[in-house]
Amino acid sequence: MAKPIDVTDTDFDAKVLSADKPVLVDFWAPWCGPCRMVAPIVEELADEYAGKVEFTKLNTDDNPQTAMKYGIRSIPTLLVFKGGEQVGQIIGFRPKSDLKRRLDDALALA
Amino acid sequence: MFRGGSATLLPTRPTETTVPTREYDVVIIGGGPAGLSAGLYSARARRRSLLIEKKGAGGQIATTDIVENYPGFPDGIDGFELGQLMHRQASKYGMDTEYAVAERVERLDDGRFRVHLDTEEAIEGKVLIVTAGADYNPLGLESEERLTGHGVSYCATCDAAFFVGQTVAVVGGGDSAMEEALFLTRYANKVYAIHRRDTLRASKIMQERALADPKIEFIWNTAVEEIEGGDNLSGVRLHNLKTGEKQELPLDGLFIAIGQTPNSPLISQFVTLDEGGHVPVNEWMETGVPGLYAAGDLRCNSARQVVSSAGDGATAAIAAERYLSEHFADLFE
Repeated sequence: MAKPIDVTDTDFDAKVLSADKPVLVDFWAPWCGPCRMVAPIVEELADEYAGKVEFTKLNTDDNPQTAMKYGIRSIPTLLVFKGGEQVGQIIGFRPKSDLKRRLDDALALA
Repeated sequence: MFRGGSATLLPTRPTETTVPTREYDVVIIGGGPAGLSAGLYSARARRRSLLIEKKGAGGQIATTDIVENYPGFPDGIDGFELGQLMHRQASKYGMDTEYAVAERVERLDDGRFRVHLDTEEAIEGKVLIVTAGADYNPLGLESEERLTGHGVSYCATCDAAFFVGQTVAVVGGGDSAMEEALFLTRYANKVYAIHRRDTLRASKIMQERALADPKIEFIWNTAVEEIEGGDNLSGVRLHNLKTGEKQELPLDGLFIAIGQTPNSPLISQFVTLDEGGHVPVNEWMETGVPGLYAAGDLRCNSARQVVSSAGDGATAAIAAERYLSEHFADLFE
């Protein structure tokens, strides 16, 4: 299983914005039930998109600056970045096929 | 093979057979407490059982901060945790799980059911237990979807922490609305509770807590007429249903908890739904269509509690087991 790697306020620039490949960031928090429910599905996606998309997650409790910078007011939220730009946003807990479709749309824009 | 003659075994729609199909004894749609209990009982009856879940195991309880009324947990239990435990228990006895959306159900000539998934796959089951529950209702206002995630939320336990020191409102008068309002008081400075009537539908204990909370201010007899804001929510326009008076209420957050709509359209071709969209069943969760059961929040007259849904699921699985041994017994001989 390709587990999403943790990113923080400190290394967000290096690991997400400066990455060569598109990066998905899963904004989550330990007390958010739907965030924990979506985690295994995001892990399945990380496998399916291995080599194409870098999967990361950011704990909004520990990293409020990044969450605030991107105006996160609801989690789970998945953001997709390419070349330092945000190219996709998926708010709320959605079925896997829906996540895939939205991720593909974002990658097509990238 | 099946009783009833071999002619009926011909596929009714030959094109459908090209879809990759897996076969089970018991297929369950919906992974809340009803579905997870049905799966537990079916798996323990040694039936090949599959749970189809569109999002993640647990259902609506996963967004509940703490479940205080499920027997056996005197100190309450985290809703997500309870869902995970139920899923682990059913899986331990062999229940499979498929994360996919059930898009269409057909009944085959031999009495089995075929469930078409959004993954372009189909699942066949000798019995089908539908425990698809209900999804929250939106207010249905123009800017609601656009501002969802930008101040509008349906899950206080998920999003309350983003509203520290801010002003928020909860719409609704049931247990969920009161729970959300109370949860929000841990973070927000001020919580308005907006309700269409002058009395609450919530249980007495939740009412007492909410009415006694100094941070919660009730706005009675009032409907939200519009949700306002550009990039982010700025407030709502309220309409007092008694006086006709309109009022602007500036807000940082709006939490909507105005009830649910059952996910019953999936099987509406087999049954006659009640006015609220619930599936009529008898005391064994039988729908009247042989092999088709409905349990939990989806069914008519559900108490809509974790414990009653779990009971429903067990009842449906026991009834299904009886049906399987009566109608498909020859398969196992």
